[in-house]
Amino acid sequence: MSDNQGPVWEVFVQKKSGQPFVHCGSLHAFDKEMALQNARDLYTRRSEGCALWVVPSNAIVASSPEDIGSFFEPANDKVYRHPTFYQIPDAIGHM
Amino acid sequence: MTTQEALFQYALRLGDTNLILGQRLSEWTGHGPFLEEDLALTNIALDITGTAKSLLEYAAQVEGKGRTEDDLAYLRNDRQYLNAQITEQPNGDYAKTIVRQAMIDCFDLYFYTELAKSKDETLSGIAQKSIKEVTYHLRHTTSWLIRFGDGTEDSHNRAQTAVNELWAYTGEMFEMNEVDAILIKEGIAVDLPAVKLKWEKHMSDVLEKATLVKPENVFMHTGSRKGIHTEHLAFILAEMQALPRMYPDAKW
Repeated sequence: MSDNQGPVWEVFVQKKSGQPFVHCGSLHAFDKEMALQNARDLYTRRSEGCALWVVPSNAIVASSPEDIGSFFEPANDKVYRHPTFYQIPDAIGHM
Repeated sequence: MTTQEALFQYALRLGDTNLILGQRLSEWTGHGPFLEEDLALTNIALDITGTAKSLLEYAAQVEGKGRTEDDLAYLRNDRQYLNAQITEQPNGDYAKTIVRQAMIDCFDLYFYTELAKSKDETLSGIAQKSIKEVTYHLRHTTSWLIRFGDGTEDSHNRAQTAVNELWAYTGEMFEMNEVDAILIKEGIAVDLPAVKLKWEKHMSDVLEKATLVKPENVFMHTGSRKGIHTEHLAFILAEMQALPRMYPDAKW
């Protein structure tokens, strides 16, 4: 395959109405309509979903590997940020 | 001709048209212009082959002589095939494949919409399922046709050449014979002149969007309703039928 296959797009599939859109992969396409059609053919032809988002990859702002320390490690010793110290009344049942 | 014989011929005509088109499109598998489009066209080929299977299965059942859909697909010669000649035309470049497919998708959309109202429950059921598939096929091929026509000078010229070449095979899609006459009386078959009006309007709109010229007063090829084909069909059958004919009853 040649390298003039168009820009890369990221694909997000929603499995059922109301559920979050989950990233499932990427593809090449030259415009929005082609990206949507290619996403349909590549990622939903085995009944994987009921809705699709396609996003140009270059529109995504990503953290970089060097950010791991400053971005994520400070959370490691702060268990109190998890709401696990509350007693849940029985009447509420499963949350 | 009895109604049963007419229904057999009709199901065969529709089944053959889908089978040969599905086989032609499958030739692109692994050779598409890029990975995503390769998969898209292969998906379309698979939908069409699936429709062919349902229709030939029904044809065999209507005939009632113990033949299966495989017997019909693999053990008939070209003169016994009733597919429209447009489906057997070579794929050519990608513009030609897309133009041929858009012409047929557009026909199929209006044809199956009418066939869904058929009094024959099996044909109506197959048509209802096909409408959804064909709606997507047409969306896909139309967007490519517009891209090619309204694209570069090269893509425009290729698309226009394909339109000019293939237009001569579109008249045949709307031909009716004794089979249609018998089945229209029974409320089973589709009145094709009505489909033709919608098809022409739709194709004119698409060609205009694609900045392509619709051919006028073109000589139209004919013959497939009588089993007469272009030279290409026999080669398709030779490839498609080689294995079942060499190893009868082979399982895979």
